[in-house]
Amino acid sequence: MNILEVQGITKSFGGVTALDNVSVNVQENTLLGIIGPNGSGKTTFVNIISGFVNPNTGSVFFRGKNLIGLPPYKITNLGIGRAFQMVKPFFHLPAYKNIVVPLFAPRVLASSGGGFGDKDAVALDVLEEVGFERDSSVPYKPASVLPHGYLKRLELARLMALKSEVLILDELFSGLSIAEVTSIIPIIEKLLSEGKTIIMVEHRLKELFRIADKVIVLNYGKKIKEGPPKEILEDEEVKKAYLGVEV
Amino acid sequence: MGPTLIYGLINSAVLVLMALGFNLTFGISGVANFAYGAIYVVAGFFAWSLINTFHLPFVLSALIAVVVIGFAGVYLYRLILTRIRGLVISEVIATFAVSLVLLELLRYFGFIGSKYTLPVFVNGSVEILDTYVDIQRLLIVGIGAVVLFVLYLFTHHTRMGLAFRGIAQEEHTSLSLGINPERIASWSMGIGAALSALAAIVILPLGTVTVDGGYDVLITALSVCIVGGLGSTFGVVIASLIIGFAQQLTATYLSSHWTMIVSLVALLVVLAIKPSGLLGHQKELEERV
Amino acid sequence: MNKKGNQRKERIARGIKARSDDIYALTSYREMWYLLFPRLVPIVGIAILTFFLPTYWKKVVLSTCTFAMLAVSWDFLSSCGMLSLGQALFFGLGSFAAGSLNHYFSLPVYVTIPAATLLGAALSTLILLPVIRLRGVYFAMVTLILPLMFMRLIEATKILGGTEGITRLSPLPNVWVEITLILAAMWVALFALRRFISSDYGLIFVSIRDNDRAVMASGINIYAFKTQALFIGSAICAFAGAFMAHAYQFTGMPVFAMDYSILPIAASAIGGIGTLAGPILGAFILVPLSEFLREFGPLRIVFYGVILVVCVVALPEGIFHYLSRKYSEMERWVKLD
Repeated sequence: MNILEVQGITKSFGGVTALDNVSVNVQENTLLGIIGPNGSGKTTFVNIISGFVNPNTGSVFFRGKNLIGLPPYKITNLGIGRAFQMVKPFFHLPAYKNIVVPLFAPRVLASSGGGFGDKDAVALDVLEEVGFERDSSVPYKPASVLPHGYLKRLELARLMALKSEVLILDELFSGLSIAEVTSIIPIIEKLLSEGKTIIMVEHRLKELFRIADKVIVLNYGKKIKEGPPKEILEDEEVKKAYLGVEV
Repeated sequence: MGPTLIYGLINSAVLVLMALGFNLTFGISGVANFAYGAIYVVAGFFAWSLINTFHLPFVLSALIAVVVIGFAGVYLYRLILTRIRGLVISEVIATFAVSLVLLELLRYFGFIGSKYTLPVFVNGSVEILDTYVDIQRLLIVGIGAVVLFVLYLFTHHTRMGLAFRGIAQEEHTSLSLGINPERIASWSMGIGAALSALAAIVILPLGTVTVDGGYDVLITALSVCIVGGLGSTFGVVIASLIIGFAQQLTATYLSSHWTMIVSLVALLVVLAIKPSGLLGHQKELEERV
Repeated sequence: MNKKGNQRKERIARGIKARSDDIYALTSYREMWYLLFPRLVPIVGIAILTFFLPTYWKKVVLSTCTFAMLAVSWDFLSSCGMLSLGQALFFGLGSFAAGSLNHYFSLPVYVTIPAATLLGAALSTLILLPVIRLRGVYFAMVTLILPLMFMRLIEATKILGGTEGITRLSPLPNVWVEITLILAAMWVALFALRRFISSDYGLIFVSIRDNDRAVMASGINIYAFKTQALFIGSAICAFAGAFMAHAYQFTGMPVFAMDYSILPIAASAIGGIGTLAGPILGAFILVPLSEFLREFGPLRIVFYGVILVVCVVALPEGIFHYLSRKYSEMERWVKLD
């Protein structure tokens, strides 16, 4: 069942064509990887799906509903969560309060019966799932002092707090050590086992290919290849796109 | 119909000249220079004192005023704004405070010569040697056109001008190309100030130099820029034409008191329909990713 | 100087500062007193002081409280990401609403003030609705222009009393009622806002200022929240305006004057932006001061301007931050190892 259908997305900024007629279908409860060299349009693609940018042409259907034209907060409330590449948390707030904010989304309020339950406890639970040690002082530190790895987890936690069905992770692995990546992957796999659909834009191909069901490759705004990780690895055109030379 | 057309055009030219400096500073470096109105008035008084106190010929005074005020703008940036660049609240408050200090100091030192109160000081008006005020008005249109043309040439064909446009479009990229945004920002402030001075010298002869005029100029510039779209020179021109003619028509067929309402209505209408201005491309929140 | 020989200065929170939302966490009268003291002193102190002042200075206190409310409102709005250069707009709308209701519809004071508060807030919010979606600078610019434009509008069209304004509005019963009302309103505004901002719901407003994109991506309609914040902030100012209309039995063009926009900002800058209590402190410093400076005329405003520039550029912390830091932390010299 296709939970997300992207059809013919084209977007240009001024004279630059960021995306050229890109289409892809995402099956429910799978992990789709989006890769491509820098500037290939990956983040624009994510921006369009999550509602931060409107395309020139094309449509995005989420469970049959067209998302184009909806503002980001409405799209989020429909069930698509988007993590940012450059993580900028709410610096003035402690880490766990960062997670309390999304608990005010209508989507979450509705599922918890609209009550003002103990949001702090819920926030701390989510943070624990994402790897913040519960009994330490880490969740209480102001977000401005958190190291990079924790910030990325915070972004992931935000989406989990939103109970998003589709999680779009923009370069989650960037800047993380191999150990950190290895510790985050089980969290992603757990999300998959809970029925979620995940889209990951990544540069860390090795780690991504271990968990992705399907991968699409963007280059200069065009989708040049789509298929399971193994096929992508061996594809000549993909190699050329990344390395720029005949391999 | 004829006089309405001509005076409408003149009015538009006045508006363009008033708004251009502010628009430029904002468009290039994103600095909303709320001291703009104060600079206008200071330029006026400065030129006045050059002429009346130092008895310099008009053209020389005008030139000196524009240049000096221009540099004053640059130093204003370097002195105050450098430290708070990027903090929008602070920038606005600081420039606004400067405006207050300048204008109220002038008021305190008695630079009041309006015809409504007994002048403590001599009336500070600047006059052109030519006795036909009408030619002065036509001059405004001419100078307005010349300024626009020169600006166009500058920003499209000189290195510095192109750097300006680069910064306006994408600051980070410009940084990596070796363009120094701090320098550019201070120069953009300077040019804005110089344009303000130029506008002052050309327009003030039509009336008197008043301290309250400073606030009026700021309001006018802001209104025109908001209607036309901040950062867009063409938008400012169009907005000036629309507002200028609307004001002239109102003055002719209703009364001159209602001209302020025209600006207000234009402002409210634009805000209701296209808040970023007619030709403005202030992206709404969503696109600033 | 934070180093002395081989020692350095260290700041530690005072042990007795209780951090809790719930009084069950407090264990001693001393701790309760420690928390209540800084709040009681100004409340009681100002109230007592005012009752003993001569009439002229009583009016000054009224004025001070009014400005304090404008300042608190400004601070609140700026904590929510909206920089207002036109508190006068909200103040003036409230004032005219009260004056009109009283003069043209003969409604009594205890109806006009609440009605004008709501009406003024509604009008202010409606007018500024389109600008909320745009960058902060736009909000600043529009709030700057609008009161000045309204002033010239009234002058030109002579509506709502024109240049003379509307006089002989109903007064409040007596001066004690006036003082009590405005003092109570001021403190209620302060404490309610503080509670509000530190609550979870209030969190959202602060985080909008930190990173509005992320709040959007968290499923929250930030425009709805900003609208709410604007309504609350402008209501506080509208109340002040309505109150003053009846305290001075007058409303007219001057209610849109820039003084009402500038002083709140200066008060916040001195007192400490973001603290909500700082602006009140700042108002209590600046307004009486400006009474003394009245003879200097425009120099007063020059003074505000200089303060603003200095505070904004060099001293962003403000007095209140300094005081509260001193109160809740202690410094000591610690040996470097």
